[in-house]
Amino acid sequence: MSRTIRTYLWLALFLALRAVGNLSLAMGTRRFPETLAGDPLVYLRSMLDPFVAAGIVMLIVALLARLALLSVADLSFILPMTAIGYVLAALLGRFVLHEAVSPQRWLAVALIFGGAALVSSTPQSTTGKLKKKAQ
Amino acid sequence: MTWILLSIMVVATALSDLLQSYEMKRAGAQSVGARGLGRLLRMIVERRYLLMSIGCLAFSFFAFMALVQSAPLSFAVPASAASFVLETAAAKVLLKERIGARRLAGTLLVLCGVVLLGR
Repeated sequence: MSRTIRTYLWLALFLALRAVGNLSLAMGTRRFPETLAGDPLVYLRSMLDPFVAAGIVMLIVALLARLALLSVADLSFILPMTAIGYVLAALLGRFVLHEAVSPQRWLAVALIFGGAALVSSTPQSTTGKLKKKAQ
Repeated sequence: MTWILLSIMVVATALSDLLQSYEMKRAGAQSVGARGLGRLLRMIVERRYLLMSIGCLAFSFFAFMALVQSAPLSFAVPASAASFVLETAAAKVLLKERIGARRLAGTLLVLCGVVLLGR
């Protein structure tokens, strides 16, 4: 498999896992009867919910996919691409969870996507103190 | 409640990234690979700031869980980008990084987006 195809496969896997992981977490925590904030025991109990557990597993695998992605592509390529995740979350919220997304919120999501992509595409090291060790 | 949870999440994320960035720069550039990964894991255990950074990350994740339980997903995930704003400010003040025009423009866009989300 060529390096380019492999890069995009890992990227797609990472974006999908993170988006669906967040979605699963949202679905699981919403049907969970207790309110989460505050009590650690409530958190532990909520992790017994299959949707919450699946969400956490997917988010962990997403982190690993990101590590794999880092091994085949530059960070400066990966970071702007991960900003797509904000748009995906809005789409999943609107069409899967049937949330009301106002035009104003779409605009906000677009601004955040653009801003995050722009921030992430700036030079990685400006402090000039990075010492490169043997690779 | 939504904004409290969001603030906790954003501050914890920013703190985690700052600790990580500070400690990893002190450690020098690392290679990524099978052996590099093992070394990274050992480093996490040995370095106190990295451990603290992971603690912050866990904290931020739990805040996110509570946030997503009560707030819409289409709000929670984009709003988490507010950490860019805090991180950019902290990177300039604490880590003495130079903030270029593009990064400043991007940060301001994110800030506008988050403010718009909240209205």
